Amino acid sequence: MSNSSHPDTIEELKTLPHAEHKLDVASAKMGMWLFLLTELLLFGGLFVIYATYRYLNQEAFHHAAMELNVFIGTLNTVILLTSSLTAALSITALRLGNRVLSIIMLASTIILAFIFLVNKYFEWAEKFHHGIFPGSEDLINRPPGQILFFGLYYSMTGLHALHVLAGMIILAFVLVFIWRNKVTSTDYAKLENGALYWHLVDIIWIFLFPLFYLIK
Amino acid sequence: MANHVIADNSVDFYKVKTKRSGIGAWIFSTDHKRIGILYLVALVSFFIVGAILGILMRLEMLSPGETIMGPQTYNSIFTLHGLIMIFLFVIPGIPPVFGNFFLPIMIGAKDVAFPKLNLMSWWLYVIGGIFAILSLFLKGGPIDTGWTFYVPYSLRTGTDVSWMIFAAFILGFSSILTGLNFITTIHRMRAPGMSFFKMPLFVWSLYATGWIQILATPIIGITILLVMVERLFGIGVFDPALGGDPILYQHLFWTYSHPAVYIMILPAMGVVSEIIATFSHRTIFGYKAIAISSLAIAFVGYFVWGHHMFTSGMSDTSRWIFSLLTFLVAIPSGVKIFNWVATMYKGSIEARTPFLLVMSFIFLFSIGGLTGLIVGSLSTDIHLHDTYFVVAHFHFVVFGGTGFIFFAALHYWFPKMFGKMYNEVVSKWSVAGMTLGFMMLYFPFFILGYMGMPRRYYDYLPEFTTWHIVSTVGSWILVGSILVLIWNLVRALKSKTTAEVNPWGGRTLEWTVPSPPPLENFEVIPIITGGPYDYHLLEQEQHNLVEEHK
Repeated sequence: MSNSSHPDTIEELKTLPHAEHKLDVASAKMGMWLFLLTELLLFGGLFVIYATYRYLNQEAFHHAAMELNVFIGTLNTVILLTSSLTAALSITALRLGNRVLSIIMLASTIILAFIFLVNKYFEWAEKFHHGIFPGSEDLINRPPGQILFFGLYYSMTGLHALHVLAGMIILAFVLVFIWRNKVTSTDYAKLENGALYWHLVDIIWIFLFPLFYLIK
Repeated sequence: MANHVIADNSVDFYKVKTKRSGIGAWIFSTDHKRIGILYLVALVSFFIVGAILGILMRLEMLSPGETIMGPQTYNSIFTLHGLIMIFLFVIPGIPPVFGNFFLPIMIGAKDVAFPKLNLMSWWLYVIGGIFAILSLFLKGGPIDTGWTFYVPYSLRTGTDVSWMIFAAFILGFSSILTGLNFITTIHRMRAPGMSFFKMPLFVWSLYATGWIQILATPIIGITILLVMVERLFGIGVFDPALGGDPILYQHLFWTYSHPAVYIMILPAMGVVSEIIATFSHRTIFGYKAIAISSLAIAFVGYFVWGHHMFTSGMSDTSRWIFSLLTFLVAIPSGVKIFNWVATMYKGSIEARTPFLLVMSFIFLFSIGGLTGLIVGSLSTDIHLHDTYFVVAHFHFVVFGGTGFIFFAALHYWFPKMFGKMYNEVVSKWSVAGMTLGFMMLYFPFFILGYMGMPRRYYDYLPEFTTWHIVSTVGSWILVGSILVLIWNLVRALKSKTTAEVNPWGGRTLEWTVPSPPPLENFEVIPIITGGPYDYHLLEQEQHNLVEEHK
């Protein structure tokens, strides 16, 4: 973390703002990074399960993966990557003092996230329509590897969708804060932390996308 | 934290005027000291509930056959005893109570890095506890899977598994937030001059614990969440009928739950280092070795989970690697024990209550640790797996380790936390009773386990009767002594005694502030120049004092 090294002389120490005990930006960011680490490990458990079952059921995973809609998957990847770009632009805009542009960019991120979820809804609805969902008769009669593939597909993309929703709520709060001038061009740690969370949601999707849609 | 309030540092934090009054002044307070006490009350309450369940189990085992309850009730009671003791008492354990209260003071800060998050983690703890209790009264009835939620039984049983799992998930979240808060606090809030190697060893142990909490807890979070999803939707990941692998569940479960053992014990080891240095009036021997060994235990602890599964079905290669790694954990643990003993050598030891509890701890924990090597060896574990031997082993390390040190910490810091002093005659006799009761209760388990008594059975063969009777009588002595110990403290709270600033002659920062501390802990943030255990300076200081008086 920046400036965490300790000065050596007592005189230097006395001048540190640190002695006043105020929450500084570096602490806030460190807390966020540690939290992101826990999120990565949360999905890490699922990735381990995925790897194990893929290794054990290669052929079934191959056949099941053929049934996913690569077009919607790619579209959603593009949408999510763009939303990360707008989130980053929002920070830069605010830092340079352009509050209106920052709000527009952050709002675009939230809207893109919403479009992502709408696409997800249609994708899942189509699968349900074809009788592919946990516990369905169609799925029960397939080889166990395919049941596992779709079980993991629903739980991993489902958990990711929950994170998209959480990210939208967090960013919406930050948006209100910018609107009310509580997050400003000099004090924007909340916006940075919100965007960090959003990038995490993005990164997880970048791994989910090839694992389910591209590897056949 | 009182950022916007002008802090009144002339009175102790109990007497500071707050916005809310009554209980609201506590349950909505972001003061780390108040949150520590909130946790203390909650933890001790759950401990008493868990102990009552334990007493009931021992009563059932007093004689062969059905004594006071049937098999289904017994299954639920050992499950609840495990869940309450593990998830609501020892896993939170020392950090949220004593870490919350003393971490900021020991590093010379006014509060933790995120005071609101701190309050939130207490609320999550309480909500988790409420969910756990609620699950007992819902349709399915109390959970009967054992605290490990092993699949496939946890998928098939009609009892209310999902609610309890959700409770455990929330409790895990609370634990993560505490760890995250403490790590940030230690990195960012140390007083000027306090480098990492000038921190008290208790702070070091909280640091190592924080990392395990952050890195291990999410794994069990997702694992048990999947059990819940499996029960609700049948996704297949752990259900053998749908192609899932129950052994994979065990791997993921122990990937967290073994490091969790170190979440329980590391803070206790930190407290032991403080108490031994203070009551030996001697600089701790091998400060750096103790500090680094905490991190080493935290690190190696990640790679030994397989030793819970020697009989579950694993390749021989993985089994002996896990066994070897298990033996490696004994090295940093041994480093600590030897350093503590070396600290006491030629020290001027004062055998006060906290010190006696620590001596009990070293005795009990050594038995627990050494029998850990017996169950960590492949050949002996095949014989001893799932017997009372294992139950004895983990009660010696968890209860004899963390449990005893929880009470040691309570007695060590009680004067500072409450500004009162307890009756030491009563507390010392209680400690003696606790140790005796403990040995009577759990040592026969080693013998029973070796003879072949399996765990989690409500009934047994007649030849085991004698040892079961000894054990049950021991449980009465143990719980009786603990109740006297707690009653003694409650009586001290109501008494008119006052505690000095530094009743034990400790050298760490908490002994420089008033008992109880004021709201912002320090008048001025101290500037640290020396180490935490500079007892060798004591003589010089006293000499200077005498010179001044002349």
